[in-house]
Amino acid sequence: MIEKLFLYLEYPFVRYALIVGVLIALCSSLLGVTLVLKRFSFIGDGLSHVAFGAIAIASVLNLTNEMLLVLPVTILSAILLLRTGARTQIKGDAAIAMISVASLALGYLLMNLFSTSSNLSGDVCSTLFGSTSILTLSGREVVLCVVLSVVVLAIFILFYNKIFAVTFDEDFSRTTGMRTDSYNLLIAVVIAVIIVLAMNLVGSLLISALVIFPALSSMRLFKSFRMVTVSSAVLSVFCAFFGIVISILAGTPVGSTIVAVDVLAFLLCYSIGRATGGLAA
Amino acid sequence: MALLTVKDLSLGYDGQAIAEHLNFIVNAGDYLCVVGENGSGKTTLMKTLLHLQEPLHGEILTGEELKEGDIGYLPQQTLVQKDFPASVEEIVLSGFQGRLGLRPFYNRSEKELAKKNIERMGIAHLSRRCYRELSGGQQQRVLLARALCATGKILLLDEPVAGLDPMVTAEMYQLIKDLNKDGITIIMISHDIGAAVTYSSHILHIGNTVFFGTTEEYVESEVGRFFLTQQKGGLQ
Repeated sequence: MIEKLFLYLEYPFVRYALIVGVLIALCSSLLGVTLVLKRFSFIGDGLSHVAFGAIAIASVLNLTNEMLLVLPVTILSAILLLRTGARTQIKGDAAIAMISVASLALGYLLMNLFSTSSNLSGDVCSTLFGSTSILTLSGREVVLCVVLSVVVLAIFILFYNKIFAVTFDEDFSRTTGMRTDSYNLLIAVVIAVIIVLAMNLVGSLLISALVIFPALSSMRLFKSFRMVTVSSAVLSVFCAFFGIVISILAGTPVGSTIVAVDVLAFLLCYSIGRATGGLAA
Repeated sequence: MALLTVKDLSLGYDGQAIAEHLNFIVNAGDYLCVVGENGSGKTTLMKTLLHLQEPLHGEILTGEELKEGDIGYLPQQTLVQKDFPASVEEIVLSGFQGRLGLRPFYNRSEKELAKKNIERMGIAHLSRRCYRELSGGQQQRVLLARALCATGKILLLDEPVAGLDPMVTAEMYQLIKDLNKDGITIIMISHDIGAAVTYSSHILHIGNTVFFGTTEEYVESEVGRFFLTQQKGGLQ
């Protein structure tokens, strides 16, 4: 088993997949805590369906670089969805459900009507459940992913205290003179970037798992925001790493294997949390 | 000049006024209680004073010594906070956000001051505990310590004793009174008219009749006498 793994690690595409997978898992777990606490667990799902719709449009238009369309559209939807609270006409969860199913349906419809591909259901399935494209990354794509991950990580660390304040109590933060709207906007943009990145790894139906499972697992165990955040990052990286390794060795689909490991980790954390009443802060 | 001067203020949502033509003044060291029936616009007034919401009409003038963001706010608790994994220290420190500006991290003097405010609220032994595991009274003390980090001048409290048992309520009122004695101006929304007339120096009554004056004047006034007997009757 181990020998087989080392043999595989000789191949650059396996190393690329591990690097990219781990980085994506790290980034997506960071804002998970904030989204779970703000009751936005499903936003990942909604946004990834929007991204799916955008990909469909891009392929119909024969765009060579899908990202040029997918990223702006997803960011725009994230901004619209995260404009929280009493001012919006349709409340948070309903808005997410609406946008997500609408873009899913429209995306599939467009692909069906205009697609030139010979393997339509294969295309759709891989967009929804994650493709093997994680195993066919080029050096340039890896570099792009590393750069974006570093940027996301840097933003998160620099704005960590502000993200905490906005998550815990938006009204109070506003009274202290914080520009909470700008920070909500920042959170929305970062989420959108992460979603688009993560679609390569687990596909658009499974992204929510990558965002919320590490956060939920960590919340069973730890009692301070800092520890919950650190722990969900570590946990997410760990699960992604093992998920990818298992999928390579056992030949299972990458995305669903990672999510399965995440679910196992959650069950484990849940049991430990119940048994001990939570670890120390 | 007064800390806060409110002139002919009307408040409400979407052009619908809830309360109109409010005039009052808050001087440094005052303890103002805002009382009135449910739905008379007490919380809306608070949000308008905090610039969380635009007034429909009129103006709120702040004295020179009171800069924007110099107000400590104790909001009513939200559902999100009830199961928020955060330590007491983390929450109290977040009171410094306004001062932080674009600086990403808290500095040593802010951490020291946060510690002092935690001690001042008598919860030093809880500082590493998780917020969601504390009792209602302890949580209020945490939020009060956070508000003190935001300001040393004026505190706006929205129903600080809601949901607390009588013992803890009395302690909370004493704590607020002590802060007031230390020179911090207090504006408090209260349902509890008995406590309001006991502790405050001024009363603002909003609703069908509007009254603003010292607490002694209020107790003598028609609206005050009516409201006091009505509330006491309601309690029995």
